[in-house]
Amino acid sequence: MDRDDFIAGLHDLPAHCILKDEAELRPYECDGLSAYRKLPWLVLLPETVEQVQSILRYCHTHKVPVVARGAGTGLSGGALPLDNGVLLSLAKFNSILDIDTANRLARVQPGVRNLAITEAVAGHGLYYAPDPSSQIACSIGGNVAENAGGVHCLKYGLTVHNIAELKLITIEGELLTIGSHALDSAGYDLLALLTGSEGLLGVIVEVTVRLLPAPEQAQVVLAAFDSVATAGQAVADIISKGILPAGLELMDTLAVRAAEDFVHAGYPVDAAAILLCELDGERHCVESQIEQVTRLLQESGATEVRRARDEAERLRFWAGRKAAFPAVGRLSPDYYCMDGTIPRQHLGKVLSTIARWSEEYGLRVANVFHAGDGNLHPLILYDANKDGELERTEEFGGRILELCIAVGGTITGEHGVGMEKINQMCVQFNEAELQQFHAIKHAFDADSLLNPGKAVPTLARCAEFGRMHVHHGELPFPELERF
Amino acid sequence: MNDTDLTKPFCEQIRDAAEKQTPLSITAGGSKDFYGRPGRTEQHIDTTAHCGVLGYEPSELVIQARSGTPLRDIEKLLADNGQMLAFEPPHFSETTTLGGVIATGLSGPRRPWRGAARDFVLGAGIINGKGEALRFGGQVMKNVAGYDVSRLMAGSLGTLGLITEVSLKVLPRPASEYTLKQVCDQAEAIRRFADWSSRAIPVSAACWHDDHLYLRLSGDENSTRHAQHQLGDGLLETLPDWWNSIRDQQHPFFNRLDPLWRLSIPPATPPLALDGDWFIDWGGAQRWLYSPEKPEQVRCLVASVGGHATLFRNAPENVEVFHPLPAPLLKLQQRIKHAMDPAGILNPGRLYPEL
Repeated sequence: MDRDDFIAGLHDLPAHCILKDEAELRPYECDGLSAYRKLPWLVLLPETVEQVQSILRYCHTHKVPVVARGAGTGLSGGALPLDNGVLLSLAKFNSILDIDTANRLARVQPGVRNLAITEAVAGHGLYYAPDPSSQIACSIGGNVAENAGGVHCLKYGLTVHNIAELKLITIEGELLTIGSHALDSAGYDLLALLTGSEGLLGVIVEVTVRLLPAPEQAQVVLAAFDSVATAGQAVADIISKGILPAGLELMDTLAVRAAEDFVHAGYPVDAAAILLCELDGERHCVESQIEQVTRLLQESGATEVRRARDEAERLRFWAGRKAAFPAVGRLSPDYYCMDGTIPRQHLGKVLSTIARWSEEYGLRVANVFHAGDGNLHPLILYDANKDGELERTEEFGGRILELCIAVGGTITGEHGVGMEKINQMCVQFNEAELQQFHAIKHAFDADSLLNPGKAVPTLARCAEFGRMHVHHGELPFPELERF
Repeated sequence: MNDTDLTKPFCEQIRDAAEKQTPLSITAGGSKDFYGRPGRTEQHIDTTAHCGVLGYEPSELVIQARSGTPLRDIEKLLADNGQMLAFEPPHFSETTTLGGVIATGLSGPRRPWRGAARDFVLGAGIINGKGEALRFGGQVMKNVAGYDVSRLMAGSLGTLGLITEVSLKVLPRPASEYTLKQVCDQAEAIRRFADWSSRAIPVSAACWHDDHLYLRLSGDENSTRHAQHQLGDGLLETLPDWWNSIRDQQHPFFNRLDPLWRLSIPPATPPLALDGDWFIDWGGAQRWLYSPEKPEQVRCLVASVGGHATLFRNAPENVEVFHPLPAPLLKLQQRIKHAMDPAGILNPGRLYPEL
C-alpha cells in the first residue's frame, strides 16, 4: 500500500501522532539490539485506547503489518521495525491509573517504566518485584511482551508470576480483558500464554501488576573464588540447604574487573569469580540465614567472604552487578549479550567450553550469571568496524545457544527470541512444535500482521538455516559426549 | 508401580480418534471426576500406568515426572529431601496423579503467598489433538523461547492436550509452621488478612470459618515466633492436619451434598451480601459458599466485584459449572481449542459446552 494513501486514511489520529520524515523515523530504527537496524515505514504514537483500536482495525483491513514498541530497551530485536509496516509506539501510555493497596495491585498503562511502579507504591511499604537491569528505562508493556526477569527471579518469579490482568487489543481492534483482579479467572489461562508472546498475539494497552510488601531487611554477602566451578558448587550447596536467596549472582574475572573499574564497587579483582548472595525478608530470619550462608560459603572453598557493612555498601555491591553490561561495554567498541539458561549443574562445563571457543574465535567473553536460576549472560566483545567480526561473533553466539540446548537448557531465559535467536528456535523445537506455535498465532492473528518474522520461525526458514532439531541424547556437538 | 512410557500408544489412540471423530475422555486417579462438566465422550484414555519420576536434582529445585505418577509419591520424595510442591495441591483421594493436578490447576491454602499450580510449571510434554507428542518449556527456571504452552495446560481440564510429563519448580520446606487462631467475624477477618498481607509477616495461609480466623505462619523458628508478637492475642498451635483437611476438603464444612460455590474474587472484597454458609480461604481471595440464592444472582454479584464463580461440587442440572465468558473471549478460546485440537476430540464439553 502506498504510504501517503495509508496516512490519508488515518482519520482518528492527530497529525502530531504520526511520524513520517526520515529524521523523525531514525530514532526508531532499532531497539536495545543495535546490531539490527531498519528504518521504519511509518511510526504512530497513539494517545488513547480508541486510537489504538482504530489503527489496528485499519491495518487489519488493509493488511498492513504492525510492530508494537515500548521503551525500546529489548535485547533481541523484538521491536525491530519493518520497511512495509507500522511501528506502533506505546510511549504516550505512561500513566499509573490506580493503586489498590488493600489488594496489593497497581493498574498502569504499558508505557510506565518498571522502576516507576515501585517508586509510586514505596510509600505504602509495597514494591513490584521483577527488576530487569534496564528497570530505570524499560516499560511494563515490554516487560509483559518479553516476560522479563531480573536478579530476584529465583525467589520472586518472572513477569508472568507478578501480573494479574491485561487489557489487550486484537489485530481486529477488539478490546479484551485477560485475567482479573482475583487470583485466577475462568477458562484458559491466557495471561500465561500472552506473557512473553513478543507482540505476536495482540497489543497490550493496560497492565495490572501484583505488588509485594517490601522486605523488612535485605542483606548481601560477597564471596570470592579461585575458580568458577567452585563458585558454581557453592550455589548448589546453598540451595541444597533449603535457603532461597532473593538474589544469587555470579560474575567471572573479566566482568568483575570491568565492573570494578567502572563503579568501584569494592570487588576483589584478583578473584576468578565472585558470588553475590542476597537474603531478604523478616529481620530475624535474614540474620540467621546470613550467618548460615557465610559458613556455607567458607566451607565451599571461598577465598574471601564479606558481608556488606551497611546499606550503602550493599547498594554498591549491587551497583557493580547492575552496571556489568555497560562496564564490559567500556572494554570494547561493541559487545554482544547472550541469554541462555542451563541446568546449574552444567555450569562449569559450559563455561569451560565457552572459554575454549573464545580462544578459537579470538573474541573475549565476560560472563555474568543469574546463578540461582541458571540464566547465563555471556558478553562477547567485538569490533563491528573490523571486517567479518560481527559475523564471527554471531556464529560464536549461535554455538553458545546450541550448547545451552544440548545440556538441557534453553536459548533464551529472559531476553526473548525476537529477530536475534530465530534460527536457534529451529534447533530447540521440532517441526510439529513450531507448527503448533503457528496454529496458536493463527488463532489470534490469522493474517500474521502482528510482529511478523519474529519469535517463531517459518518452517521454510528452518529448512534454509539447515540445522536439524535434535532430541535429548543425540547432540549436534560430538565433543560434548563426555558431559 | 513400574515406570512405563506409554506416549506412543497414547499418540496412536488419539490419532485414531481424531480420524474417526471419536470424543475421548482423559482420566487417571479419578479423584477430581466430580469437578467440571460431565463432557460428552465415548472412549477413555487412562494415564495411570504412564508413570515414573524422570528427573530430580534437589539442588536444581526441579522435579520432572510422567503424568500418571501418584502425587503422594512425588510429595514423599520431595519431603525426604526437605522440599515441597509449594502450591499445596489438593489430594481429594489417595489416587491423585500429577497429570490431574496440572490439568485441573487447583492449588491449596498456600497459593496466595507462594503461587498457583501454573506458576510452578516449568515445562510439559503433551500430545495434542492430532496425536503429536510435543514438548514446551523445559527443566530450567527461566525460559521464554516460544509461547508458554506448558502453563496454558494448567487448568485446561485436558481439553487442549493430554499431558504426558511435567517439570515443576519445587521449594524448600519451611523449618517451622504455627497457626494463630483468633475469634472474630468475617468482615474483621478480611480486614486483618489484607493488613497482614501488606506487611513483611511470614504468612503462608489464612482462613476464616465459624467466627474464627486461622493464620498459618511459616519460616524459621525465630521469625514465626516474632511474627506472633505483631499479630496480637491468639492461640498458637501446630495444626498440620487441619490445613490438610482444608486443602483436601475433608473438613466437615465440605461434607454436604448441596451445590458448593467457589468464588474467586479480589481478596480484600468485604463480605458479599449473599445468604448462606461461608468458608473463607486464601486470605479472602477464595470463598466457599452453600447458598439458597439463585445461581444467576451469585454470578452477577461476584462479577460485579471483579471475580468469577464456579459450582465446584454438586452443580444442579442446567446450571453451568464455570462462570460464563464474555462472547469475544469465548470465541478466542474456541480458536485456541481448535489450534490445539482441530477435531475437537479431547475432553469436549468438560470445561464449557463450546470447548
